Amino acid sequence: MNPENNEKILLQGLARNDKKAVETIYRENYSTIQSLIINNNGTADDAKDIFQEAMIVLYEKARSGTFELSCQIRTYIYSVSRRLWLKRLQQASRYNGDIGNADGIVPVEEDIEEHTRRDAEFEMMEKAIQNLGEPCKSLLEAFYLQKKNMQEIALSFGYTNAENAKTQKYKCLMRLKKIFFTHYKNGISDERE
Amino acid sequence: MKENNDIMILDAVERYIRGEMNPDERLYFENLRKTNGELDQLVVEHTLFLQQMNRFGEWKKFQSTLNDVHIDLAQQGKINADKLKGKARVAYLWNRYKRVAAIAASIAGLTALTFTSLVWSISPKPPAASEVEQLKKEVINIKNNARQQDKELKNVKDKINTPAKDIVYKTGGTGFIIDGKGYLVTNAHVVENAKNVAVQNSKGTDYITKVVYIDKQRDIAILKIEDDNFKPLGTIPYAVSKNSADLAEPIFTLGYPRNDNDIVYGQGYLSAKSGFNGDTLSCQIEIAANRGNSGSPILNSNGEIVGILSAREAEAEGVVFALQAKHIYNALTELKKDTSFQRVKLSTKSSLTGLDRPQQVKKVEDYVFMVKVN
Repeated sequence: MNPENNEKILLQGLARNDKKAVETIYRENYSTIQSLIINNNGTADDAKDIFQEAMIVLYEKARSGTFELSCQIRTYIYSVSRRLWLKRLQQASRYNGDIGNADGIVPVEEDIEEHTRRDAEFEMMEKAIQNLGEPCKSLLEAFYLQKKNMQEIALSFGYTNAENAKTQKYKCLMRLKKIFFTHYKNGISDERE
Repeated sequence: MKENNDIMILDAVERYIRGEMNPDERLYFENLRKTNGELDQLVVEHTLFLQQMNRFGEWKKFQSTLNDVHIDLAQQGKINADKLKGKARVAYLWNRYKRVAAIAASIAGLTALTFTSLVWSISPKPPAASEVEQLKKEVINIKNNARQQDKELKNVKDKINTPAKDIVYKTGGTGFIIDGKGYLVTNAHVVENAKNVAVQNSKGTDYITKVVYIDKQRDIAILKIEDDNFKPLGTIPYAVSKNSADLAEPIFTLGYPRNDNDIVYGQGYLSAKSGFNGDTLSCQIEIAANRGNSGSPILNSNGEIVGILSAREAEAEGVVFALQAKHIYNALTELKKDTSFQRVKLSTKSSLTGLDRPQQVKKVEDYVFMVKVN
């Protein structure tokens, strides 16, 4: 198999959240990024944070299908991590110059902006769900995220039947949707694609 | 009645979006949608919401995959993570001291030569050999003492013919790892007045341990494993929550309440936000617990530690109090005032979210230890 095909298969696996693909990419790239961060005033924990964020950017890119195979996965992860770490350093005003090896890096600014915006949306959702409290939080997570059906949910949450669980879920959902659409209309997503 | 209708409509909308309607129903629904603007609006709006929910769910799943992969690879030694060592540590220290040295040099206007010697002089030196020797000797002494004591205990046991374990367990409890370098949290009353403390993992291996912080009032203590045989545990699967748990939130715990070294699982829920007599440091939970459960972690369904079990005041059956997890943060801040503990760090990301309970327990059990005291 030629290397280009190999990368394509990895990216398809990544987009499906296939553990094997994630593991391969992780194993092949982690130490490079770790040295980049550690050689530039970071700790091992920083390295993990930055690397995982870069993996999420790559994941989003792979899912959108716009990843250009003219650029290798390795190059892309390096470029994103480097950019993210530079940003972090500048925020902490620890450093204002250049880091790592700028040869052969690819432009990733737009992808990172897109990622930051999406990240903010997800954080908002996470917070909104958290603020609902129990039992709403667990109920909605079970139905919408873990995709359990109403019978299972009724059983595990101790409702007498699926209808009761449905009523409770409905009330919780209305609260969440209200929070969600308030934020939504307040414009985080005005400029969405 | 109106609410029932709304629930029915939303249910239909969801089934429609998910493609779960049969063809007849679908046709009927689509016609209705054409003639009813309100319904059409609801479909559009709900589609958008469900899309966002789905993507959010996938994002969370991907994050937990990343954490899993990180832990797996680190444990298999395929990535060199979590602890700085060898070259990485040298580079890290070098970079830190380089900056200090550069500033010093520019202030004093020193020449390149003195600059070099300055770097030399402030570079970390290896501890003197005699110190290491001494430490080792002390460890060996402690080990010998422990062995001697074990022997004595055994003698006593043989003589009076009752299991020696009873003696250990009377003052034993549970503790859990908060930093893979070997830091654990338990209740202060578990290790109070202890001469020697050891912890034992779920596989039965013992490690010599020191109490590095104790706060009797809040009933919290931090231990550090100081044993040559201990290998750092890598990334911790659970997070320590800064928020308090919600009323009725399902929780679970792992601990060593029995006399047979086996780890025991228990589940329950948060029953009151305050503790005994309105004590705001703690909260009340409904869970089966024994004295040996003292110091057990209380986790919520996302794998976040929300409390430390403190069975001390348990009198009524099933009613137990737990210290809120935010006090772990407070204790750590106190501990860090001692500069040798600066690098202790709590985990704030859980990799257990979305896993089912047996999987969560499997991942957590390696990080829960029995605390033994004499």
